[in-house]
Amino acid sequence: MAGEAQVKNSMALEFLSLPENVGLARVAVATFAAQVDMTLNELEEIKVAVSEAVSNAIIHGYNGEPQGIVRVAVERTEAGLVITVEDKGCGIPDVALAMQPAYSTDPERMGLGFAFMQAFMDELEVTSELNRGTRVRMFKAFKGEIGK
Amino acid sequence: MQVFFSMEGKELWVRVKGEVDLESADALRRELEASLDHAHPEVLMLDLEGVTFMDSSGLGVILGRYRRLKKQGGRVVICRPQPQVRRLLEISGLSKIMTIHPHGPETAGGVD
Repeated sequence: MAGEAQVKNSMALEFLSLPENVGLARVAVATFAAQVDMTLNELEEIKVAVSEAVSNAIIHGYNGEPQGIVRVAVERTEAGLVITVEDKGCGIPDVALAMQPAYSTDPERMGLGFAFMQAFMDELEVTSELNRGTRVRMFKAFKGEIGK
Repeated sequence: MQVFFSMEGKELWVRVKGEVDLESADALRRELEASLDHAHPEVLMLDLEGVTFMDSSGLGVILGRYRRLKKQGGRVVICRPQPQVRRLLEISGLSKIMTIHPHGPETAGGVD
């Protein structure tokens, strides 16, 4: 993944798999991202991508059980931000299938989580192992002189 | 998140304020379902001007109500979404199946 260069700043956050922590995660990551001169639009994109990844961890990784641990980490390099969202939940049986737009196991959900992550971030990498968990890594490139 | 309801003829106006994500989506779904059960509107007017954040959890609630209204011969109109919410409506394809209205209840004057 791009952005694997010298880390200029980093942060990590761990919390229980509770829906109220989705907002905490996206605001924490957006606040970290705002340390460099990103546009409001880019910060909104990051917030949606983080919200989707953390929601997936809670709903699918832990099946809504509130005792799981979700870990969100962000690294800032000259090139951009690498955001990692990890759970130790049930894993995704078929990552390629889960990443298809409109794939959802719940009729009230749109199956657009990965589609939004892909649309709003420059790179997306999903690794998952059954009964071990899922790791989502997203890269948001800095435009112009940002991050230098 | 806060939700305000008013009935204008056959239109149920629902003004949503705040953030709609996994935490608040269930509450929004419950409130909308209760109001639809009670009011039986032909049109659900969802005023999203006060929505400062939405993700696919919120879009799922809107899609679910669209399906319900469509089955009953009604429809859903989305009013004044903020640019970031409008973008999600476009990427998700919801803007193709629902009308996006630029006005709120004060100036809309009914929808055909």
